[in-house]
Amino acid sequence: MNTLILRETTRVLFTLILVFSVATLLRGHDAPGGGFVGGLIASIACSLYVFVADAKDVRRLVRTDPLKTAAAGLALAIVSGLVGILSGGRPFLSGQWVEIGGVKLGTPLLFDFGVYLVVVGAVLTFVLEIKEPASVPPADSDK
Amino acid sequence: MSWLLAGAIVLPLACGVLGLSLRPNRAMQQWVSLVAGIGHLGIATTLLVTVWSDGILVAQIGGWPAPFGITLVADHFSSAMVLITAIMGVATIVYALCDIDQRSLVKDFHPPLQALIGAVCGAFLTGDIFNLYVWFEVMLIASLALLISGGRKAQLDGAVRYAALSLVATTLLLSGIGLLYGMTGTLNMADLHLRVQQVENQGLLSVVAILFIVAFGIKAAVFPLFFWLPASYHTPRVAVSAIFAGLLTKVGVYSMIRVFTLIFTHDVGYTHGILLWTAGLTMVTGVLGAASHNELRRILSFHIISQIGYMVLGLALFTPLALVGAVFYILHHIIVKANLFFVAGATERLSGSSDLKTLGGVYREQPLLAALFFVPAFSLAGLPPLSGFWAKLLVIKASLASQQYWIAAVALAVGLLTMYSMTKIWVNGFWKARPASTEKPAPLSRLDRALLLGPIICLAAITLAIGLWPGPLYDLAERAGHELMAPSNYVEAVLGTSETAALGVGEGAVE
Repeated sequence: MNTLILRETTRVLFTLILVFSVATLLRGHDAPGGGFVGGLIASIACSLYVFVADAKDVRRLVRTDPLKTAAAGLALAIVSGLVGILSGGRPFLSGQWVEIGGVKLGTPLLFDFGVYLVVVGAVLTFVLEIKEPASVPPADSDK
Repeated sequence: MSWLLAGAIVLPLACGVLGLSLRPNRAMQQWVSLVAGIGHLGIATTLLVTVWSDGILVAQIGGWPAPFGITLVADHFSSAMVLITAIMGVATIVYALCDIDQRSLVKDFHPPLQALIGAVCGAFLTGDIFNLYVWFEVMLIASLALLISGGRKAQLDGAVRYAALSLVATTLLLSGIGLLYGMTGTLNMADLHLRVQQVENQGLLSVVAILFIVAFGIKAAVFPLFFWLPASYHTPRVAVSAIFAGLLTKVGVYSMIRVFTLIFTHDVGYTHGILLWTAGLTMVTGVLGAASHNELRRILSFHIISQIGYMVLGLALFTPLALVGAVFYILHHIIVKANLFFVAGATERLSGSSDLKTLGGVYREQPLLAALFFVPAFSLAGLPPLSGFWAKLLVIKASLASQQYWIAAVALAVGLLTMYSMTKIWVNGFWKARPASTEKPAPLSRLDRALLLGPIICLAAITLAIGLWPGPLYDLAERAGHELMAPSNYVEAVLGTSETAALGVGEGAVE
């Protein structure tokens, strides 16, 4: 797998795909796209990197435990749902908005970003698990 | 009150997140999990009490009105299922405190457990059929993580089969949902109830209905789609297989009941006729499979299949009494089945074996455990006055009332065979003297013993209570059954208007 061509293309593609994934995430507000698709696209970039590099390098690149990234994403999504409840007793996941410098920002974006993190974290967990040599299970976990 | 519905799903998920962020501190994870489990039990109880007094509860997520947004609906059936899920959750967490040595695991146990509980509640409460699919997927991921948490080869083997078949099931489900959406233009289940009646090509609708039967059938482990279940359920830790045995297949049965009372009632003779045959064959093959095995958890796995047959039978007969029976059966069965797995695990811990050939002397050495086995085991077989007797009585009475005498005979015969199977465990495992070759394990500390037996005692007490005072549960099942047979209340609660008005509004919006 680890050929010169793949290595050199990945160098270019990695950033491009990541930028594209963020664009998809932001576009998702009222066009096809969103956190789930964006997250999948971002995890393609990460998977490419996993193919050409060591699992260790990837872990160094993403810094945190991918499972914790996914957990943080889920937490963000839940929090974005609670904002509506806390600020006036509206139903769970109701959109709340603030305007900063003419740009409207709201909880749906926060929710989508949470989903994005969940997807990237989960896929990276799977991919790294496959890439890394299996950890030896404890001798007798039956008893 | 919409926070109740969302809370029943969000609390376990949030606890799963908290558990993951506590990694790798597994001791802390289990305490967080316990507290969340008790909180969830509180929410679920409040939910059922509210539904009991106020009727069907509806929450529109994000404030988007049905049928456009995602709706959460709690009627008597779903809120009872949520409560029983919460009870099973707490029982499993307590049992796991002793059963699962956190250090021996290669993967975390509590975060996926909480995610599983959240997903199961999501599947029970959702009023949107695509959302139901999503919860099935979350359930699949969480249950896979639990299946492989011990990291042994047999577990991976079981997990691969489980995953492969589940993926087939969810793909079929997704295709079915896609086709249904193509025909009706809606995903809201209440709206679907109204729109399928206007579909011109009713034959096509029957085809889609079959897709749903197969998809939910794999999940529920009905004949002939059950083989993944006995292949995987005996491999994970006891706490894991207990909650799987209690809950997972029942989510399949629940969805089947929901869909085939609310959406696919256009050709009852055809669809429910298939279900009737399936129910009969499931009962028979399950109990015969159980008779051919000697390992405790394998025997019990086959009994899950056979018991699923009774629940599907209740749906297939499609009379009010039969649905009351099906609901009663599910509620009683979840408690009994999970408890039997707990007992099997405790027997292995206290007596050193789970194989009937090497097991023995439990009755003499552990009289309390033997008594605790007796209650769920003979409730499963339908011995009066235990809870299983009433459940079987209702289903069989309903089949006699519908003049389906052959299926009533099958149900009775399967009950007898279940009795044989339980007697086999009793005689070979509990009564006979301990074989000389089997060594007695070291006795457990008092605390471990209490943690192991506590959930078993509580669940056995619930079984006994249902058996001696079936009235309250029967009332609940009756309300649930009547709601299922008359979906207009459900539709009105979700769409907020009478049927004709809702149709007018919906149509304009779609066109």
